[in-house]
Amino acid sequence: MLPIRLACYGLRSVAANCKRINIGALSQITRKFSSDERPQFPGSRSQWTEKLEFIRPDLYDGIPVYRVMDRKGKVIDPSQDPQLSQEMVIKMYKCMTQLNTMDRILYESQRQGRISFYMTNYGEEGTHIGSAAALDPKDLIFGQYREAGTLMWRGFTLDQFMNQCYGNMEDGGKGKQMPVHYGSKDLNFVTISSPLGTQMPQAVGAAYSYKRAQNGLCVMCYFGEGTSSEGDAHAALNFSATLDCPVIFFCRNNGYAISTPSKEQYRGDGIAGRGPAYGMLTIRVDGNDVFAVYNATAKARQVALNEMRPVLIEAMTYRIGHHSTSDDSTAYRSVDEVRYWDERDHPISRLRNYMLSKGWWGDVQEKEWKEDCKRQVMTAFARAEKKLKPNWKEIFTDVYHEMPSHITEQLKQMEEHVQKYAEHYPLKNFSKD
Amino acid sequence: MTAAEKKEMLRAVIGETQRMNLFQAINNSLDLALSSDPTAIIFGEDVAFGGVFRCTVGLQEKHGKSRVFNTPLCEQGIAGFGIGAATAGATAIAEIQFADYILPAFDQICNEAAKYRYRSGGLYDCGSLTIRAPCSAVGHGALYHSQSPEAFFAHCPGLKVVVPRGPIKAKGLLLSCIRDKNPCLFFEPKILYRSAVEQVPVKEYTMPLSKADILVEGDDITLVGWGTQVHVLREVCQLAKDQLNVSCELIDLVTILPWDKETIAQSVKKTGRLLIAHEAPLTSGFGAEIAASIQHDCFLNLEAPIERVTGFDTPFPHMFEPFYMPDKWRCFEAVKKLVNY
Repeated sequence: MLPIRLACYGLRSVAANCKRINIGALSQITRKFSSDERPQFPGSRSQWTEKLEFIRPDLYDGIPVYRVMDRKGKVIDPSQDPQLSQEMVIKMYKCMTQLNTMDRILYESQRQGRISFYMTNYGEEGTHIGSAAALDPKDLIFGQYREAGTLMWRGFTLDQFMNQCYGNMEDGGKGKQMPVHYGSKDLNFVTISSPLGTQMPQAVGAAYSYKRAQNGLCVMCYFGEGTSSEGDAHAALNFSATLDCPVIFFCRNNGYAISTPSKEQYRGDGIAGRGPAYGMLTIRVDGNDVFAVYNATAKARQVALNEMRPVLIEAMTYRIGHHSTSDDSTAYRSVDEVRYWDERDHPISRLRNYMLSKGWWGDVQEKEWKEDCKRQVMTAFARAEKKLKPNWKEIFTDVYHEMPSHITEQLKQMEEHVQKYAEHYPLKNFSKD
Repeated sequence: MTAAEKKEMLRAVIGETQRMNLFQAINNSLDLALSSDPTAIIFGEDVAFGGVFRCTVGLQEKHGKSRVFNTPLCEQGIAGFGIGAATAGATAIAEIQFADYILPAFDQICNEAAKYRYRSGGLYDCGSLTIRAPCSAVGHGALYHSQSPEAFFAHCPGLKVVVPRGPIKAKGLLLSCIRDKNPCLFFEPKILYRSAVEQVPVKEYTMPLSKADILVEGDDITLVGWGTQVHVLREVCQLAKDQLNVSCELIDLVTILPWDKETIAQSVKKTGRLLIAHEAPLTSGFGAEIAASIQHDCFLNLEAPIERVTGFDTPFPHMFEPFYMPDKWRCFEAVKKLVNY
């Protein structure tokens, strides 16, 4: 048998496959061809099987959740404690609590009709601060809309947050967008846009640019579990892996996309379950554990840059607040459920307990900081509220790099109109410059 | 000046030329872009081996795999990736394989790229993004290989939309788009890839965007088109001259957004009649914008209603293409109607 087959298939294929055949299996050659040993399809060369067996996703437990602290903030395996300095940990705590305080004030201000809209970050402060702290400040961040803590960590001031929410003349975004659509060139935070998931393939492209520029930086892309259902998410994950981009995909799985619970968002093993399918390094972490988030992000960054490949982190957390000021979540979830997370598994209390156990914090500091923090937020709030809105002619700026004639024409027409009908336009609220 | 002297003068001004068809001119333009800008990259489906229309032949070989590369099959990914690359400092040149497939990228192009600068107060932009796509009828393309989607994007402030009529224009316009500080869409009429051949200057040159070209001067009627239709209208000019003794002024719009209203208006003030022709369907085709604007600016100059000869309000059919197209006979008939109004 063998000599005839050799003639058909050529000595070369036999020789190539001989390297993989051990002497003991030589007898197999008389029965099988060398080319029978593995599938040869360009799409996959895994293994053969003669068993008709479907993979059953329900028999699989799911990717485990990495944590450092228990729900009370006690470190479980000391080797996982990142041993951050007291200064750093206090900074993390202050950032999370300041974010929380700012959220309370600005949510209220919407209720009072002072700003048009707001989104809080309650419960997810750990995902923001833990991850931002592990990045280089020059790493480019593409966010979704619930990552204000990452900006705060980097130094976006209370004034800057509030100016954007008020859309006043000091808003870096020139009053163009709704509140919470922050952006900062100095802090390497790409301006937020409302369409969900669009930032994901953009983050990949930016990472590719960074790779080519060899600047030692990576790109961080935040998104929610709901957003991961968007086509852009699939596009991004696939492109990042095939094009070897140094991008970290950080999914905030907070259990809800407005009213849609995660069990209606996906049937598989969350978002982490998809990572390996794209050929991507993947981890699932406890998003309410600041140290777990920190460790995972730090490692992901290292891998992304040293190996020029994307990494997927799925941070499990819980959205304690409503989706936005336009939402009342009591319509679709119980107050008890929310209370559980607020009282029993909150990133801020867990970190505080850690700090207490280290002797780095106490009631006196807590009281002082609370007052100081509130005062800072309130004074920034008062300042932002007093400022005028930008000149209404900003409507026409930045559509293009240079203003084309048709837009100039429309600007002139509106100028004439506003002059004629001035008393019908809220000019006194807008800057004249 | 003798013909020889003219040729010599042109040569002095333009320099050496080479016979190129449209895809060769585009290839040349891309090559120059990559040679002059180390951050420039070209990506899309099948661009590595040269592209399904050969526009990127030889570029990966010359400039390297990190600069000219295939992406997975996903237009929304290509557009999004391009936006991000541009935002982070690269000159990103994306290819969408057929303009018919640009629609999945609509969200990225119109909600994101077009608005990037505006919504960020100028902090961020993707001005160094250019997206190229083959468009328009090719004889047998049917619904999904023949579309001219310029009108969808003309409605999106923040974008530039450009359609070349031939190799010389294409080379210069593409380079202008690539260097323009705004996201640009460059729609290349695919039937012209091989059929349009010109002596194209070998050196690097750009051509101005948002400037319409008056190709034939005339007094009786203004004809406006872009891309392939410009050549159809050229024949109509000749037919009108021969059979009706009518002098047509032919204008290639060149840029759809922002469009050169001034040149068209000036022409219509002279001729009093306007015919716009495009392959895309009638309703809300870009001819509608031109008609509305020109009737507004030239109302008292018009001797006849503004006429549009276009594809019908149907999807683009396969077998019936000869009946669907705004061919020279339909255009000629329209000219006749307008001059006799």
